Amino acid sequence: MSDGTFEPKIVGFLCNWCSYRAADLAGSSRVKYPPNVRIIRVMCSGRVDPTFALKAFELGADGVLLAGCHPGECHYLEQNYKAMRRFSMLKHTLRAMKLEEERFQLLWASAAEGNRFAEHVAKMTEEVRKLGPLSWRRNWIEKGLDDKEIEKFLKEHEEAMEVPAR
Amino acid sequence: MSDKGKLALYWAASCGGCEIAVLAVNEKILDVANAFDIVFWPCVMDGKVRDIEKMPDKSIDLCLFNGGIRNSEQEYMARLLRRKAKVLVAFGSCAHEGCIPGLANMNSRDEILQFVYKDSPSADNPKGVLPEVETKVPEGTLHLPFFYDTLKTLGQTVDVDYYLPGCPPEPERIWDAIVAILSGKLPPPGSVIGAETTVCDDCPRKREEKKIKEFKRTWQIIPDTEKCLLEQGIVCCGIATRAGCGALCPQVGSPCIGCYGPNAGVEDFGARMMTAIASVIDSEDPEEIDRIIQEGIPDPVGTFYRFSLAHSSLRRSNRAGNGKPAAKEEEAEVSGR
Ligand code: SF4
Ligand code: SF4
Ligand code: SF4
Repeated sequence: MSDGTFEPKIVGFLCNWCSYRAADLAGSSRVKYPPNVRIIRVMCSGRVDPTFALKAFELGADGVLLAGCHPGECHYLEQNYKAMRRFSMLKHTLRAMKLEEERFQLLWASAAEGNRFAEHVAKMTEEVRKLGPLSWRRNWIEKGLDDKEIEKFLKEHEEAMEVPAR
Repeated sequence: MSDKGKLALYWAASCGGCEIAVLAVNEKILDVANAFDIVFWPCVMDGKVRDIEKMPDKSIDLCLFNGGIRNSEQEYMARLLRRKAKVLVAFGSCAHEGCIPGLANMNSRDEILQFVYKDSPSADNPKGVLPEVETKVPEGTLHLPFFYDTLKTLGQTVDVDYYLPGCPPEPERIWDAIVAILSGKLPPPGSVIGAETTVCDDCPRKREEKKIKEFKRTWQIIPDTEKCLLEQGIVCCGIATRAGCGALCPQVGSPCIGCYGPNAGVEDFGARMMTAIASVIDSEDPEEIDRIIQEGIPDPVGTFYRFSLAHSSLRRSNRAGNGKPAAKEEEAEVSGR
Protein backbone atom coordinates (compact mmCIF):
# COMPACT_ATOMS: atom_id res chain seq x y z
CA MET A 1 0.00 0.00 0.00
CA SER A 2 2.91 2.30 0.71
CA ASP A 3 3.89 2.64 -2.98
CA GLY A 4 0.41 3.90 -3.80
CA THR A 5 -1.10 0.69 -5.17
CA PHE A 6 -3.79 -0.78 -3.02
CA GLU A 7 -4.43 -4.53 -2.97
CA PRO A 8 -7.79 -5.25 -1.35
CA LYS A 9 -7.87 -7.94 1.32
CA ILE A 10 -10.99 -10.02 0.78
CA VAL A 11 -11.96 -12.84 3.10
CA GLY A 12 -13.88 -15.58 1.32
CA PHE A 13 -15.98 -18.10 3.22
CA LEU A 14 -16.37 -20.99 0.79
CA CYS A 15 -18.46 -24.07 1.34
CA ASN A 16 -16.67 -27.37 1.13
CA TRP A 17 -18.95 -29.03 -1.39
CA CYS A 18 -19.42 -26.47 -4.16
CA SER A 19 -17.63 -23.16 -3.95
CA TYR A 20 -14.39 -24.45 -2.51
CA ARG A 21 -14.33 -27.00 -5.30
CA ALA A 22 -15.08 -24.27 -7.80
CA ALA A 23 -12.05 -22.38 -6.50
CA ASP A 24 -10.07 -25.60 -6.69
CA LEU A 25 -11.16 -26.17 -10.25
CA ALA A 26 -10.25 -22.61 -11.18
CA GLY A 27 -6.81 -23.32 -9.75
CA SER A 28 -6.26 -26.71 -11.34
CA SER A 29 -7.49 -25.53 -14.72
CA ARG A 30 -5.18 -22.52 -14.44
CA VAL A 31 -7.86 -19.88 -14.77
CA LYS A 32 -6.19 -16.57 -14.00
CA TYR A 33 -7.81 -14.41 -11.31
CA PRO A 34 -6.56 -11.92 -8.73
CA PRO A 35 -5.03 -13.46 -5.60
CA ASN A 36 -6.91 -11.12 -3.26
CA VAL A 37 -9.30 -13.58 -1.68
CA ARG A 38 -8.09 -15.32 1.48
CA ILE A 39 -10.14 -18.46 1.44
CA ILE A 40 -11.61 -19.97 4.58
CA ARG A 41 -13.18 -23.35 3.93
CA VAL A 42 -16.36 -24.03 5.86
CA MET A 43 -18.46 -27.18 5.66
CA CYS A 44 -21.50 -25.25 4.47
CA SER A 45 -22.42 -21.66 3.71
CA GLY A 46 -25.10 -22.16 6.36
CA ARG A 47 -22.30 -22.44 8.92
CA VAL A 48 -21.27 -18.85 8.31
CA ASP A 49 -22.50 -16.82 11.23
CA PRO A 50 -22.77 -13.04 10.77
CA THR A 51 -20.14 -12.85 13.52
CA PHE A 52 -17.58 -14.25 11.05
CA ALA A 53 -18.12 -11.45 8.57
CA LEU A 54 -18.15 -8.78 11.27
CA LYS A 55 -14.92 -10.15 12.74
CA ALA A 56 -13.29 -10.13 9.31
CA PHE A 57 -14.16 -6.47 8.80
CA GLU A 58 -13.09 -5.63 12.34
CA LEU A 59 -9.72 -7.32 11.83
CA GLY A 60 -8.97 -5.47 8.62
CA ALA A 61 -10.72 -7.12 5.66
CA ASP A 62 -11.69 -4.71 2.88
CA GLY A 63 -14.35 -7.09 1.65
CA VAL A 64 -16.07 -10.34 2.59
CA LEU A 65 -17.29 -12.90 0.09
CA LEU A 66 -19.72 -15.59 1.09
CA ALA A 67 -20.03 -18.44 -1.40
CA GLY A 68 -22.06 -21.62 -1.42
CA CYS A 69 -23.90 -24.14 -3.57
CA HIS A 70 -26.74 -22.91 -5.74
CA PRO A 71 -30.11 -22.75 -3.97
CA GLY A 72 -31.64 -26.19 -4.08
CA GLU A 73 -28.27 -27.91 -4.40
CA CYS A 74 -27.03 -27.73 -0.83
CA HIS A 75 -25.16 -30.79 0.37
CA TYR A 76 -27.10 -30.44 3.60
CA LEU A 77 -30.37 -29.86 1.72
CA GLU A 78 -31.56 -26.46 2.94
CA GLN A 79 -28.74 -24.80 4.79
CA ASN A 80 -27.80 -22.44 1.99
CA TYR A 81 -31.28 -20.93 2.23
CA LYS A 82 -30.27 -20.06 5.76
CA ALA A 83 -27.15 -18.46 4.37
CA MET A 84 -29.33 -16.51 1.93
CA ARG A 85 -31.53 -15.14 4.73
CA ARG A 86 -28.63 -14.30 6.98
CA PHE A 87 -26.84 -12.61 4.12
CA SER A 88 -29.86 -10.45 3.41
CA MET A 89 -30.23 -9.62 7.11
CA LEU A 90 -26.57 -8.75 7.63
CA LYS A 91 -26.44 -6.78 4.41
CA HIS A 92 -29.40 -4.71 5.57
CA THR A 93 -27.61 -3.99 8.84
CA LEU A 94 -24.25 -3.23 7.22
CA ARG A 95 -25.97 -0.78 4.89
CA ALA A 96 -27.27 1.04 7.96
CA MET A 97 -23.71 1.05 9.28
CA LYS A 98 -22.70 2.93 6.12
CA LEU A 99 -20.64 0.10 4.70
CA GLU A 100 -20.49 0.14 0.89
CA GLU A 101 -22.58 -2.59 -0.78
CA GLU A 102 -19.69 -3.96 -2.84
CA ARG A 103 -17.74 -4.95 0.25
CA PHE A 104 -20.07 -7.76 1.23
CA GLN A 105 -21.12 -10.14 -1.51
CA LEU A 106 -22.82 -13.48 -1.95
CA LEU A 107 -21.99 -15.90 -4.75
CA TRP A 108 -23.52 -19.22 -5.70
CA ALA A 109 -20.98 -21.38 -7.52
CA SER A 110 -21.17 -25.12 -8.09
CA ALA A 111 -18.17 -27.42 -8.16
CA ALA A 112 -18.13 -27.19 -11.96
CA GLU A 113 -18.12 -23.41 -12.06
CA GLY A 114 -14.43 -22.58 -11.73
CA ASN A 115 -14.78 -19.82 -14.28
CA ARG A 116 -17.80 -18.28 -12.62
CA PHE A 117 -15.92 -18.19 -9.32
CA ALA A 118 -12.81 -16.65 -10.90
CA GLU A 119 -14.84 -14.03 -12.73
CA HIS A 120 -16.72 -13.05 -9.61
CA VAL A 121 -13.52 -12.69 -7.61
CA ALA A 122 -11.99 -10.57 -10.37
CA LYS A 123 -15.07 -8.34 -10.46
CA MET A 124 -15.34 -8.00 -6.69
CA THR A 125 -11.61 -7.28 -6.36
CA GLU A 126 -11.92 -4.44 -8.87
CA GLU A 127 -15.00 -3.05 -7.15
CA VAL A 128 -13.34 -3.06 -3.74
CA ARG A 129 -10.13 -1.69 -5.20
CA LYS A 130 -12.10 1.28 -6.51
CA LEU A 131 -13.56 1.90 -3.06
CA GLY A 132 -10.16 1.86 -1.41
CA PRO A 133 -9.14 0.39 1.93
CA LEU A 134 -11.73 -0.02 4.65
CA SER A 135 -9.52 -0.26 7.79
CA TRP A 136 -12.56 -0.39 10.04
CA ARG A 137 -10.55 0.15 13.21
CA ARG A 138 -9.68 3.62 12.00
CA ASN A 139 -13.32 4.52 12.55
CA TRP A 140 -12.96 4.58 16.29
CA ILE A 141 -9.43 5.85 16.77
CA GLU A 142 -9.50 9.45 17.93
CA LYS A 143 -6.06 10.08 16.46
CA GLY A 144 -4.38 10.53 19.83
CA LEU A 145 -6.57 13.51 20.69
CA ASP A 146 -7.98 11.88 23.80
CA ASP A 147 -4.62 11.48 25.52
CA LYS A 148 -3.74 15.09 24.86
CA GLU A 149 -7.04 16.26 26.29
CA ILE A 150 -6.70 14.08 29.37
CA GLU A 151 -3.21 15.40 30.02
CA LYS A 152 -4.83 18.83 30.28
CA PHE A 153 -6.97 17.67 33.20
CA LEU A 154 -3.95 16.39 35.02
CA LYS A 155 -2.19 19.69 34.51
CA GLU A 156 -5.15 21.77 35.58
CA HIS A 157 -5.69 19.65 38.66
CA GLU A 158 -2.03 19.59 39.57
CA GLU A 159 -1.84 23.34 39.35
CA ALA A 160 -4.76 23.69 41.69
CA MET A 161 -3.62 21.08 44.17
CA GLU A 162 -1.07 21.01 46.87
CA VAL A 163 -0.43 17.28 46.29
CA PRO A 164 0.37 16.13 42.75
CA ALA A 165 -2.20 13.76 41.23
CA ARG A 166 0.45 11.14 40.54
CA MET B 1 -11.15 6.12 60.36
CA SER B 2 -13.28 3.02 60.60
CA ASP B 3 -12.05 -0.28 59.26
CA LYS B 4 -15.01 -0.50 56.91
CA GLY B 5 -14.38 -0.91 53.20
CA LYS B 6 -14.40 2.11 50.98
CA LEU B 7 -16.97 2.41 48.22
CA ALA B 8 -17.07 4.85 45.33
CA LEU B 9 -19.79 5.32 42.73
CA TYR B 10 -19.49 7.34 39.60
CA TRP B 11 -21.47 8.08 36.46
CA ALA B 12 -20.17 9.00 33.06
CA ALA B 13 -22.30 9.04 29.87
CA SER B 14 -25.50 7.71 31.38
CA CYS B 15 -29.10 8.56 32.09
CA GLY B 16 -28.99 8.39 35.86
CA GLY B 17 -31.18 5.31 36.03
CA CYS B 18 -28.34 3.19 37.32
CA GLU B 19 -27.82 5.56 40.25
CA ILE B 20 -31.50 5.24 41.09
CA ALA B 21 -31.24 1.47 40.73
CA VAL B 22 -28.59 1.39 43.46
CA LEU B 23 -31.02 3.18 45.75
CA ALA B 24 -33.72 0.68 44.77
CA VAL B 25 -32.08 -1.96 46.94
CA ASN B 26 -34.24 -0.07 49.48
CA GLU B 27 -33.48 -0.60 53.13
CA LYS B 28 -30.56 -2.82 52.21
CA ILE B 29 -28.75 0.42 51.33
CA LEU B 30 -28.23 0.60 55.11
CA ASP B 31 -26.43 -2.72 54.97
CA VAL B 32 -24.28 -1.27 52.22
CA ALA B 33 -23.54 1.70 54.45
CA ASN B 34 -22.71 -0.69 57.29
CA ALA B 35 -20.20 -2.50 55.16
CA PHE B 36 -18.71 0.48 53.35
CA ASP B 37 -17.75 4.06 53.87
CA ILE B 38 -18.98 5.81 50.78
CA VAL B 39 -16.07 8.00 49.76
CA PHE B 40 -17.42 9.32 46.49
CA TRP B 41 -20.91 9.46 44.96
CA PRO B 42 -21.46 12.77 43.15
CA CYS B 43 -25.13 12.04 42.45
CA VAL B 44 -26.01 11.61 46.11
CA MET B 45 -23.42 13.34 48.27
CA ASP B 46 -20.77 16.00 48.13
CA GLY B 47 -17.32 14.84 47.24
CA LYS B 48 -14.40 16.28 45.35
CA VAL B 49 -12.35 14.75 42.60
CA ARG B 50 -9.28 16.20 44.24
CA ASP B 51 -9.92 14.23 47.39
CA ILE B 52 -9.92 11.08 45.31
CA GLU B 53 -6.73 12.15 43.56
CA LYS B 54 -5.06 12.49 46.94
CA MET B 55 -6.00 9.00 48.10
CA PRO B 56 -3.31 6.33 47.81
CA ASP B 57 -3.66 3.98 44.84
CA LYS B 58 -5.87 0.92 45.48
CA SER B 59 -7.33 2.46 48.61
CA ILE B 60 -10.94 2.24 47.40
CA ASP B 61 -12.21 -1.30 47.84
CA LEU B 62 -15.02 -1.17 45.35
CA CYS B 63 -16.03 1.24 42.65
CA LEU B 64 -19.35 0.89 40.85
CA PHE B 65 -18.95 2.83 37.63
CA ASN B 66 -21.95 3.43 35.39
CA GLY B 67 -22.06 5.15 32.02
CA GLY B 68 -20.02 4.99 28.85
CA ILE B 69 -17.03 7.14 27.96
CA ARG B 70 -18.11 9.99 25.76
CA ASN B 71 -15.57 12.70 26.56
CA SER B 72 -12.11 13.31 27.96
CA GLU B 73 -13.33 14.10 31.48
CA GLN B 74 -15.12 10.77 31.71
CA GLU B 75 -12.02 8.99 30.50
CA TYR B 76 -9.96 10.86 33.07
CA MET B 77 -12.34 9.76 35.82
CA ALA B 78 -12.32 6.18 34.56
CA ARG B 79 -8.54 6.09 34.67
CA LEU B 80 -8.42 7.80 38.06
CA LEU B 81 -10.95 5.46 39.65
CA ARG B 82 -9.25 2.46 38.05
CA ARG B 83 -6.04 3.51 39.75
CA LYS B 84 -7.64 4.11 43.11
CA ALA B 85 -9.98 1.11 43.21
CA LYS B 86 -9.13 -2.48 44.02
CA VAL B 87 -12.27 -3.75 42.30
CA LEU B 88 -13.80 -1.80 39.43
CA VAL B 89 -17.27 -2.87 38.33
CA ALA B 90 -18.79 -1.75 35.03
CA PHE B 91 -22.26 -1.17 36.39
CA GLY B 92 -25.18 -1.36 33.99
CA SER B 93 -25.48 -1.53 30.26
CA CYS B 94 -23.93 1.88 29.49
CA ALA B 95 -20.63 0.99 31.14
CA HIS B 96 -20.80 -2.60 29.93
CA GLU B 97 -21.94 -2.18 26.33
CA GLY B 98 -22.42 1.52 25.58
CA CYS B 99 -26.21 1.18 25.69
CA ILE B 100 -28.42 3.99 24.36
CA PRO B 101 -25.69 6.67 24.48
CA GLY B 102 -23.65 4.29 22.31
CA LEU B 103 -26.27 4.41 19.56
CA ALA B 104 -24.86 7.86 18.81
CA ASN B 105 -21.99 5.90 17.26
CA MET B 106 -24.20 5.86 14.18
CA ASN B 107 -23.15 9.47 13.71
CA SER B 108 -19.99 11.52 13.91
CA ARG B 109 -19.17 14.15 16.51
CA ASP B 110 -19.82 16.91 13.96
CA GLU B 111 -23.23 15.52 13.05
CA ILE B 112 -24.18 15.21 16.72
CA LEU B 113 -23.10 18.75 17.61
CA GLN B 114 -24.77 20.12 14.49
CA PHE B 115 -28.08 18.51 15.40
CA VAL B 116 -28.06 19.16 19.11
CA TYR B 117 -26.91 22.79 18.99
CA LYS B 118 -28.34 23.93 15.66
CA ASP B 119 -30.87 21.73 13.89
CA SER B 120 -32.97 20.19 16.66
CA PRO B 121 -36.45 21.74 16.88
CA SER B 122 -35.86 23.00 20.40
CA ALA B 123 -32.49 24.61 19.67
CA ASP B 124 -32.44 28.40 20.09
CA ASN B 125 -28.96 29.34 19.00
CA PRO B 126 -29.06 32.19 16.46
CA LYS B 127 -25.30 32.72 16.60
CA GLY B 128 -24.66 29.03 16.02
CA VAL B 129 -22.42 28.71 19.08
CA LEU B 130 -20.84 25.30 19.57
CA PRO B 131 -19.04 24.09 22.70
CA GLU B 132 -15.29 24.65 22.52
CA VAL B 133 -12.65 22.90 24.61
CA GLU B 134 -11.08 26.27 25.29
CA THR B 135 -12.83 29.60 25.52
CA LYS B 136 -10.96 32.81 26.24
CA VAL B 137 -12.78 35.28 28.46
CA PRO B 138 -11.35 38.44 30.05
CA GLU B 139 -10.74 36.53 33.29
CA GLY B 140 -8.73 33.77 31.64
CA THR B 141 -9.30 30.55 29.72
CA LEU B 142 -12.28 28.30 30.39
CA HIS B 143 -12.16 24.59 29.63
CA LEU B 144 -14.74 22.03 28.60
CA PRO B 145 -14.09 18.31 28.18
CA PHE B 146 -13.30 17.15 24.67
CA PHE B 147 -16.32 15.38 23.14
CA TYR B 148 -15.26 12.16 21.43
CA ASP B 149 -16.30 11.00 18.00
CA THR B 150 -17.04 7.52 19.33
CA LEU B 151 -18.53 6.45 22.62
CA LYS B 152 -16.41 3.78 24.28
CA THR B 153 -17.42 1.31 26.92
CA LEU B 154 -15.65 1.32 30.26
CA GLY B 155 -13.93 -1.94 29.32
CA GLN B 156 -12.61 -0.39 26.13
CA THR B 157 -11.10 2.39 28.23
CA VAL B 158 -9.59 0.73 31.31
CA ASP B 159 -9.35 -2.78 32.72
CA VAL B 160 -12.62 -3.79 34.31
CA ASP B 161 -12.84 -6.47 37.00
CA TYR B 162 -16.54 -7.29 36.75
CA TYR B 163 -19.52 -6.42 34.64
CA LEU B 164 -22.99 -6.06 36.04
CA PRO B 165 -25.45 -6.10 33.13
CA GLY B 166 -28.85 -4.49 32.81
CA CYS B 167 -30.41 -1.18 31.90
CA PRO B 168 -30.46 -0.72 34.78
CA PRO B 169 -29.45 -3.85 36.72
CA GLU B 170 -32.33 -5.24 38.76
CA PRO B 171 -32.03 -4.39 42.50
CA GLU B 172 -31.91 -8.09 43.44
CA ARG B 173 -28.98 -8.63 41.07
CA ILE B 174 -27.20 -5.60 42.49
CA TRP B 175 -27.65 -7.00 45.95
CA ASP B 176 -26.41 -10.44 44.81
CA ALA B 177 -23.32 -8.80 43.36
CA ILE B 178 -22.60 -6.79 46.51
CA VAL B 179 -22.98 -9.91 48.63
CA ALA B 180 -20.67 -11.81 46.27
CA ILE B 181 -18.10 -9.04 46.47
CA LEU B 182 -18.35 -8.75 50.27
CA SER B 183 -18.01 -12.48 50.77
CA GLY B 184 -15.26 -12.79 48.19
CA LYS B 185 -17.28 -15.38 46.27
CA LEU B 186 -16.50 -13.98 42.88
CA PRO B 187 -16.13 -15.35 39.40
CA PRO B 188 -12.77 -14.91 37.64
CA PRO B 189 -11.86 -11.27 36.94
CA GLY B 190 -13.21 -9.90 33.70
CA SER B 191 -16.44 -11.85 33.87
CA VAL B 192 -20.04 -10.81 33.97
CA ILE B 193 -21.72 -11.30 37.33
CA GLY B 194 -25.00 -12.86 36.31
CA ALA B 195 -26.93 -15.81 35.00
CA GLU B 196 -25.79 -17.96 32.11
CA THR B 197 -29.20 -18.62 30.66
CA THR B 198 -31.35 -16.49 28.39
CA VAL B 199 -34.50 -14.48 28.92
CA CYS B 200 -36.32 -17.18 26.91
CA ASP B 201 -35.48 -19.66 29.67
CA ASP B 202 -37.37 -17.47 32.14
CA CYS B 203 -40.20 -16.64 29.77
CA PRO B 204 -43.49 -18.46 30.37
CA ARG B 205 -44.68 -18.10 26.77
CA LYS B 206 -45.25 -21.25 24.75
CA ARG B 207 -42.82 -22.00 21.97
CA GLU B 208 -43.59 -24.04 18.91
CA GLU B 209 -42.15 -23.82 15.46
CA LYS B 210 -41.20 -20.35 14.37
CA LYS B 211 -42.08 -19.48 10.78
CA ILE B 212 -42.61 -15.89 9.83
CA LYS B 213 -43.82 -14.29 6.61
CA GLU B 214 -43.88 -10.80 8.02
CA PHE B 215 -42.46 -8.96 11.02
CA LYS B 216 -44.71 -6.69 12.99
CA ARG B 217 -43.94 -3.60 15.02
CA THR B 218 -45.40 -3.62 18.51
CA TRP B 219 -48.08 -1.06 17.63
CA GLN B 220 -49.38 -3.15 14.75
CA ILE B 221 -50.59 -6.09 16.78
CA ILE B 222 -52.20 -7.01 20.06
CA PRO B 223 -50.25 -10.14 20.79
CA ASP B 224 -51.69 -13.42 21.90
CA THR B 225 -51.04 -13.73 25.62
CA GLU B 226 -49.72 -17.29 25.61
CA LYS B 227 -47.67 -17.69 22.48
CA CYS B 228 -44.01 -16.75 22.04
CA LEU B 229 -43.87 -13.21 20.67
CA LEU B 230 -41.31 -14.08 18.05
CA GLU B 231 -43.66 -16.70 16.65
CA GLN B 232 -46.21 -13.90 16.28
CA GLY B 233 -43.76 -11.91 14.16
CA ILE B 234 -42.59 -9.52 16.86
CA VAL B 235 -38.82 -9.22 17.03
CA CYS B 236 -38.03 -10.40 20.55
CA CYS B 237 -34.41 -10.40 21.72
CA GLY B 238 -34.97 -12.89 24.54
CA ILE B 239 -33.08 -15.52 22.54
CA ALA B 240 -29.72 -13.75 22.78
CA THR B 241 -30.20 -11.89 26.05
CA ARG B 242 -28.81 -12.91 29.42
CA ALA B 243 -31.42 -13.73 32.01
CA GLY B 244 -31.56 -11.62 35.15
CA CYS B 245 -34.79 -9.67 34.97
CA GLY B 246 -37.19 -12.62 35.19
CA ALA B 247 -38.40 -11.99 31.61
CA LEU B 248 -40.19 -8.81 32.68
CA CYS B 249 -41.09 -7.52 29.25
CA PRO B 250 -42.41 -10.58 27.36
CA GLN B 251 -44.56 -11.43 30.38
CA VAL B 252 -46.54 -8.26 29.82
CA GLY B 253 -46.68 -8.60 26.06
CA SER B 254 -43.74 -6.40 25.20
CA PRO B 255 -40.77 -7.91 23.39
CA CYS B 256 -37.43 -8.20 25.12
CA ILE B 257 -35.22 -5.51 23.62
CA GLY B 258 -32.03 -6.95 25.04
CA CYS B 259 -31.21 -4.70 27.97
CA TYR B 260 -29.41 -7.42 29.94
CA GLY B 261 -26.83 -7.74 27.20
CA PRO B 262 -25.45 -10.80 25.47
CA ASN B 263 -25.76 -14.14 27.19
CA ALA B 264 -22.53 -15.97 28.05
CA GLY B 265 -20.83 -17.21 24.90
CA VAL B 266 -22.44 -14.62 22.64
CA GLU B 267 -19.61 -12.62 21.14
CA ASP B 268 -21.66 -10.08 19.21
CA PHE B 269 -25.22 -9.57 20.35
CA GLY B 270 -26.45 -8.21 17.03
CA ALA B 271 -24.91 -11.05 15.07
CA ARG B 272 -26.64 -13.58 17.31
CA MET B 273 -29.94 -11.78 16.86
CA MET B 274 -29.51 -11.58 13.10
CA THR B 275 -28.88 -15.31 12.99
CA ALA B 276 -31.94 -16.04 15.09
CA ILE B 277 -34.25 -13.68 13.25
CA ALA B 278 -33.04 -14.76 9.81
CA SER B 279 -33.77 -18.38 10.58
CA VAL B 280 -37.45 -17.81 11.37
CA ILE B 281 -38.16 -16.22 7.98
CA ASP B 282 -40.30 -18.59 5.98
CA SER B 283 -39.17 -17.99 2.42
CA GLU B 284 -36.68 -19.29 -0.10
CA ASP B 285 -37.05 -16.46 -2.55
CA PRO B 286 -34.28 -13.85 -2.24
CA GLU B 287 -36.52 -10.97 -3.26
CA GLU B 288 -39.26 -11.91 -0.85
CA ILE B 289 -36.67 -12.32 1.91
CA ASP B 290 -35.25 -8.86 1.23
CA ARG B 291 -38.74 -7.40 1.30
CA ILE B 292 -39.71 -9.10 4.57
CA ILE B 293 -36.51 -7.85 6.19
CA GLN B 294 -36.58 -4.33 4.86
CA GLU B 295 -40.24 -3.71 5.59
CA GLY B 296 -40.29 -5.50 8.92
CA ILE B 297 -37.02 -4.21 10.36
CA PRO B 298 -36.65 -0.61 9.20
CA ASP B 299 -33.98 0.16 11.81
CA PRO B 300 -31.70 -2.88 12.03
CA VAL B 301 -29.01 -1.22 14.15
CA GLY B 302 -31.56 0.09 16.64
CA THR B 303 -33.20 -3.34 16.69
CA PHE B 304 -30.15 -5.58 16.98
CA TYR B 305 -27.69 -3.23 18.69
CA ARG B 306 -29.96 -1.06 20.80
CA PHE B 307 -27.78 -1.63 23.85
CA SER B 308 -24.56 -2.93 22.41
CA LEU B 309 -23.37 -0.94 19.43
CA ALA B 310 -20.26 0.40 21.17
CA HIS B 311 -19.48 -3.08 22.50
CA SER B 312 -20.05 -4.79 19.14
CA SER B 313 -17.46 -5.97 16.66
CA LEU B 314 -17.96 -2.89 14.53
CA ARG B 315 -18.39 -0.42 17.44
CA ARG B 316 -19.62 2.39 15.24
CA SER B 317 -20.76 3.17 11.71
CA ASN B 318 -18.27 3.66 8.92
CA ARG B 319 -16.87 7.14 9.19
CA ALA B 320 -16.56 9.45 6.22
CA GLY B 321 -13.01 9.68 4.97
CA ASN B 322 -12.40 5.99 4.83
CA GLY B 323 -11.48 4.60 1.48
CA LYS B 324 -8.39 6.74 1.31
CA PRO B 325 -5.16 4.92 1.97
CA ALA B 326 -4.15 5.47 5.57
CA ALA B 327 -1.20 7.68 6.43
CA LYS B 328 1.83 5.76 7.69
CA GLU B 329 1.51 6.49 11.40
CA GLU B 330 -2.24 5.90 11.29
CA GLU B 331 -1.68 2.58 9.55
CA ALA B 332 0.53 1.51 12.45
CA GLU B 333 -2.15 2.53 14.92
CA VAL B 334 -4.80 0.65 13.01
CA SER B 335 -2.87 -2.59 12.72
CA GLY B 336 -1.58 -2.65 16.32
CA ARG B 337 -4.49 -3.84 18.39
S1 SF4 C 1 -27.59 1.37 31.79
FE1 SF4 C 1 -29.66 2.16 31.40
S2 SF4 C 1 -30.33 2.85 33.42
FE2 SF4 C 1 -28.12 2.64 33.52
S3 SF4 C 1 -27.33 4.66 33.01
FE3 SF4 C 1 -27.40 3.48 31.12
S4 SF4 C 1 -29.34 4.03 30.19
FE4 SF4 C 1 -29.47 4.61 32.34
S1 SF4 D 1 -38.49 -15.07 22.04
FE1 SF4 D 1 -39.37 -13.65 23.54
S2 SF4 D 1 -41.50 -14.27 23.75
FE2 SF4 D 1 -40.44 -15.96 22.77
S3 SF4 D 1 -39.83 -17.29 24.44
FE3 SF4 D 1 -38.12 -15.91 24.09
S4 SF4 D 1 -38.42 -14.21 25.49
FE4 SF4 D 1 -40.38 -15.34 25.36
S1 SF4 E 1 -37.14 -8.76 29.14
FE1 SF4 E 1 -35.31 -8.07 28.06
S2 SF4 E 1 -35.59 -5.88 27.78
FE2 SF4 E 1 -37.05 -6.54 29.35
S3 SF4 E 1 -35.98 -6.18 31.30
FE3 SF4 E 1 -35.60 -8.30 30.68
S4 SF4 E 1 -33.67 -8.24 29.53
FE4 SF4 E 1 -34.44 -6.16 29.66
